[in-house]
Amino acid sequence: MWIYDKKLQYPVHIKNPNPQMAQIIMTQIGGPDGELGASLRYLNQRYTMPTDEIKGLLTDIGTEELAHIEMVSAIVYQLTRGLTPEELKKSGFDKYFVDHTTAIYPASASGVPFTAAYFQSKGDAFADLTEDMAAEQKARATYDNILRLADDPDVIDPIRYLRQREIVHFQRFGEAMRMVQDRLNSKNFYACNPSFEKKCGNHCPNRCKHH
Amino acid sequence: MMHNQNQLLRMIQKYDFALYDLMLYLDTHTQSREALALFDKYRSQRQQAVDEYTKRFGSLQAIQNQNPNQWEWGKGPFPWEREAN
Repeated sequence: MWIYDKKLQYPVHIKNPNPQMAQIIMTQIGGPDGELGASLRYLNQRYTMPTDEIKGLLTDIGTEELAHIEMVSAIVYQLTRGLTPEELKKSGFDKYFVDHTTAIYPASASGVPFTAAYFQSKGDAFADLTEDMAAEQKARATYDNILRLADDPDVIDPIRYLRQREIVHFQRFGEAMRMVQDRLNSKNFYACNPSFEKKCGNHCPNRCKHH
Repeated sequence: MMHNQNQLLRMIQKYDFALYDLMLYLDTHTQSREALALFDKYRSQRQQAVDEYTKRFGSLQAIQNQNPNQWEWGKGPFPWEREAN
């Protein structure tokens, strides 16, 4: 279960609305490398992880990603306050506005709605953790692109924070990957699936005896 | 020193951030005594700040409600609003 904490993980206080910037940043809510996909990826993958430590890690990172959805949503919400129809048309935000007004809806910057096809839950610890490491790098690269386009310090500050978290998560997933490898026959990481085969690990199944 | 609501909230956010980051670290370094000691230290400092905040400004979690006359959980501003930050 989860319990709501009535605060952001890191403060968001944006003085000047900027709907064009909101359109770009919303991709980190419901876009291909966004926080919603990240959260669902880890929270769904955790069930079949082979060790308790990694189940815990995916639970905790998946939970932090929920807080990041809220932070990015707060940025988008604050960037779209008090807009006039003129500003909406000029900024190009009118296309989002016509469907959602200024509500938060998970979609990419180009308007593609969120889809679970953005992530996989493979039930194979190596496949899943490799995807998780790549996902953190892709999200980091997206934040880098946002920082190339942003000029408001009120926006840049929380975006830099979120970018930094991707790097920490990448590091932790790398360690998790190493933990799974260490449990296996070091010469034969892929001989069995530690998420599925109970005897995969220190007790190597019959078919990897020849190693 | 008496902190205002915003200062206290910032303090809690800082402690919570440190604790969360340590938590992820401990998930993959379960025997790090240094990290465990830091976690313990920040947890007690955080608790003091949360107790003071809850007493003066209301609850950050619904379960912390202490007012016998009123349910204050629904009182804004909510975290995503500029006024809350």
